[in-house]
Amino acid sequence: MGKKNNQDYLNAIEEHLGKDVLAHDEAFDILNIELTPSKIHDAIAWLQQHQELSVNYLTNIAAVHYPESEGREFAVVYQLHSWKNNIRLRLKGYLPKDNLHIHSITDLFAGANWMERETYDFFGIIFDNHPDLRRILNMDDMDYFPMRKEYVLEDATREDKDDRFFGRNNTEQ
Amino acid sequence: MSQENKDIIFSPDPANIATINFGPTHPSTHGIFQNILKVDGEKIISSEQTVGYIHRAFEKLAERRPYNQITPITDRLNYCSSPINNIGWEMTVEKLIGVEVPKRVQYMRVIIMELARIADHLICNSVIGVDAGALTSFFYPFSEREKIYELYEELSGARLTTNLGRIGGFERDFNEVFHKKLKSFLSTFPKAFEEFDSLLARNRIFMDRTKGAGPISADRALNYSFSGPNLRAAGVDYDVRVMNPYSSYEDFDFIIPVGVNGDTYDRFMVRQEEIRQSLRIIEQAYNNLPEGDYKADLPDFYLPAKADVYNNMEALIYHFKIVMGETDLPVGEVYHAVEGGNGELGYYLISDGGRTPYRLQFRRPCFIYYQAYPEMIKGMPISDAVLTLSSINVIAGELDA
Repeated sequence: MGKKNNQDYLNAIEEHLGKDVLAHDEAFDILNIELTPSKIHDAIAWLQQHQELSVNYLTNIAAVHYPESEGREFAVVYQLHSWKNNIRLRLKGYLPKDNLHIHSITDLFAGANWMERETYDFFGIIFDNHPDLRRILNMDDMDYFPMRKEYVLEDATREDKDDRFFGRNNTEQ
Repeated sequence: MSQENKDIIFSPDPANIATINFGPTHPSTHGIFQNILKVDGEKIISSEQTVGYIHRAFEKLAERRPYNQITPITDRLNYCSSPINNIGWEMTVEKLIGVEVPKRVQYMRVIIMELARIADHLICNSVIGVDAGALTSFFYPFSEREKIYELYEELSGARLTTNLGRIGGFERDFNEVFHKKLKSFLSTFPKAFEEFDSLLARNRIFMDRTKGAGPISADRALNYSFSGPNLRAAGVDYDVRVMNPYSSYEDFDFIIPVGVNGDTYDRFMVRQEEIRQSLRIIEQAYNNLPEGDYKADLPDFYLPAKADVYNNMEALIYHFKIVMGETDLPVGEVYHAVEGGNGELGYYLISDGGRTPYRLQFRRPCFIYYQAYPEMIKGMPISDAVLTLSSINVIAGELDA
């Protein structure tokens, strides 16, 4: 039995999760799969236990803010790695801004603890069942989530770095 | 302390439990991070970490900077091996824009990255010596690291925060002084290194102090997403250079050392062996250094020579476009990982076609494995906690981003 490739992963995941696979594509050899957010925890647990897919390593958890896409403002991205097949895999869940709850995967990967705390700290994603969801790099009494796009880094009146002049048209920063 | 002693269940009298601060500023934290320890005499019952003292919002900063201005940010992640961070970032951008750099650039990068790895491991290991009480072994390697810094200096003009290399290659080729210094380093370093090794590796006092200090099993290390020397010390042979070779690492013959117990002594020994292997890689790369250009043909990203900017209209236009960040970038999502001094250093970049990243996340190995620290030091005496901290090589810059 040879090593599995991205297509095998996609087929297996589609077969297992059916209509919870909302979209998929491939970016620079890494498979991106968008899942129903509430199913991500179980999907990762299944992938981790699976004999052949054997996704044994959690590389990273990231969040991305897309303020303009209504109903799916926040993406939570799980980057996973199967050493057996040397396949990297990205699972994504999109959350609406008024319901930022997603199931924590700290019960599957102990290393997810701080990754999730960091994601909460910067984006305000709430990981349900996390043992200790507090801010980690910022002050405890900070009252906003600084990586969201509405918090501009510099003085908004500055024009020399205005995005309008540099290839981006409709951002309001 | 042995594993059996660690497993003894404590039932301390609450009146005997003391709460002490280990850090934020403490000589043996080698950076600013706080651990609040609950101790019963010398034994640590539990600990709680506070991190973020030098958080500088790199990810937010990166969203406001053109790609070439992000390289200096990456210097300040793991500042013991800045060139690896720089080159990792450059390769991420090259992946996004789809450029193949000349073979010579790849070999030059390998040489620089392995020099950086040597500098990183050398400092980490000599600091383990300091925390075990051996100061001599701390002073010797510094003159060797100095030689590596002089090599950086020839290539980038800087020593610690190197901002080394450019998107598409290097700012300048290896010059004559560099060749001379590298040759002299390659011939003198092995002897000096073995001398350093002989001070600690089989030193009875050092071994007694470090064996069994802060162990972690392979299983737990994997579950905590460990990477780099700390994971390999626990017996797992994961190395990005082999799993996903970049920059022509597949051309070189080297082994990945692994430990058995995942304790401080194994971490020390793994790093020592990695230094030897890095040296082997440098020799192979340097002896087979291909002819060619030290940069890719990439006028949209690579700044033209200054003399051309003053005398040539075309060069001036490109200079202006690059400096003002007017280059068109592809839309895409890239993850690129390199084997940093501490493990898998990853760049997760989302580009929306604008001149700055839409989102850039750093996978910082320190941040990920430092969370296992309370588990590693539970039941240990405080002096072992100090050793464990220095042997997992937590670099505050990388931890806090």
